[in-house]
Amino acid sequence: MRYSGWRILKEALTGHKGWTAAWRDPEPQPAYDYIIVGGGGHGLATAYYLAKEFKQARIAVLEKGYLGGGNVGRNTTIIRSNYLLDGNEPFYEFSLKLWEGLEQDFNYNAMVSQRGILNLIHTDGQRDAFTRRGNSMILHGADAEYLTRDQIRQMYPFLNFDNARFPIKGGLAQRRGGTVRHDAVAWGYARGADMRGVDLIQNCEVTGMRIEGGRILGVETSRGFIGAKKVGVAVAGSSSRVMAHAGMRLPMESHVLQAFVSEGLKPLIDGVMTFGAGHFYVSQSDKGGLVFGGDIDGYNSYAQRGNLPVIEDVAEGGMALMPMIGRARLLRTWGGIMDMSMDGSPIIDKTHIDGLYFNGGWCYGGFKATPASGWCFAHLLATDTPHKTATAYRFDRFLKGLMIDEKGQGNTPNLH
Amino acid sequence: MIINHPLLGPRDAQEFVYLGDAALMNRPDGLTASLQEMHDYAYLRDNPAGLHRELWYHEQGDRSWLVVTRNTVTHEITAVELARDVARAQGRSK
Repeated sequence: MRYSGWRILKEALTGHKGWTAAWRDPEPQPAYDYIIVGGGGHGLATAYYLAKEFKQARIAVLEKGYLGGGNVGRNTTIIRSNYLLDGNEPFYEFSLKLWEGLEQDFNYNAMVSQRGILNLIHTDGQRDAFTRRGNSMILHGADAEYLTRDQIRQMYPFLNFDNARFPIKGGLAQRRGGTVRHDAVAWGYARGADMRGVDLIQNCEVTGMRIEGGRILGVETSRGFIGAKKVGVAVAGSSSRVMAHAGMRLPMESHVLQAFVSEGLKPLIDGVMTFGAGHFYVSQSDKGGLVFGGDIDGYNSYAQRGNLPVIEDVAEGGMALMPMIGRARLLRTWGGIMDMSMDGSPIIDKTHIDGLYFNGGWCYGGFKATPASGWCFAHLLATDTPHKTATAYRFDRFLKGLMIDEKGQGNTPNLH
Repeated sequence: MIINHPLLGPRDAQEFVYLGDAALMNRPDGLTASLQEMHDYAYLRDNPAGLHRELWYHEQGDRSWLVVTRNTVTHEITAVELARDVARAQGRSK
């Protein structure tokens, strides 16, 4: 069923009796051409583009729980393409372009809102670094704009411009950045994939991989063995656990990242803003809650909850930037599990096992990458060659010294 | 989280800096190790869901390195040893 304004009108006049389920709930077939492990944003996007752009048939998505129940349902919904390095920026700009046409493409309202993102500058050194990043973005075809203190004061007069330690000196803006209704991204991709014949199989956990002679034959699941010619794993957060079934150790650690929502407030922040002197970023949801976050907790974790010291640290960042939020109450906090890779950048690559492909290591930037990640992974699965914007996301980059380290932190996953 | 320091008793985890898997104590000899061995040591991790032995540094305290056994699914800490003792038990730095 195609969604449109006319459809709403027709259903309104006929008692809303014509709506059907957004996707089927099929039984798993004995074998498929392609199995995507992980029914989150990246897995569903992969299945969608595999079916739509690469015209591949007999595709299944296997999901341990329910669709979109992992990180795509637990993030702070920001999209942007403000990266510095050659290995990253073209990929994230490709992703932002896909976001811009996504709702028309998959016929679903994902509430893509290009409300702009502003990275605040607090020191002269930071101004140099951000100017360089802005120039890099422009050279790669993205948009970037340097804003003066006065321009920012007009946008957000309530910021603490003259904080003794962290005065605001300017900002780097990307006006095409913004926010998206995160769950709707998973639902839109799921529905679009299902309409093109992809089997979305929920409550189906992969418990093993059948590998013979260096080639994958299929996966063992909680619902029995399912054969496949090619298996793509997109389970960020649990990558090490799933790839251990293939005997692989990965260049990553799993960490917990917390996010926060305040009580509903009157309209206050119309874009996305980041504090440059600490780790704090904030936007305001359509319901009025401030959605914000900061650092990961910093120790290996598979618990989808964090500890209080990070909550305090994030709140301090918020207070330094806009002291009046001290009066707002925190409504909810939650945690999600991140693949923190050794250089802070993702991997979309073949493995040494024929027919087994991997997509992960998104650190805490996976949401904005969802469309391009799905597209590039589908490209790799269908053609066996990396998409031109994802050629640097290889397993062997650590062995070859070709790390993509935006922050220059080295192999310390908890600092990226 | 509270880390029960073998010398100082229960201390808040905020006093510590986290490094990672305790296997990082076993660095291959840089003069004889192969490139692949050094790569595996520096970049690959077991990253288990469950019991994890890991290095914590008591930076805001006595600056000792500890090997903490912690469950990554529940955050429960079940054992804390001085990294020095662990290394000596392996026959290093007699």
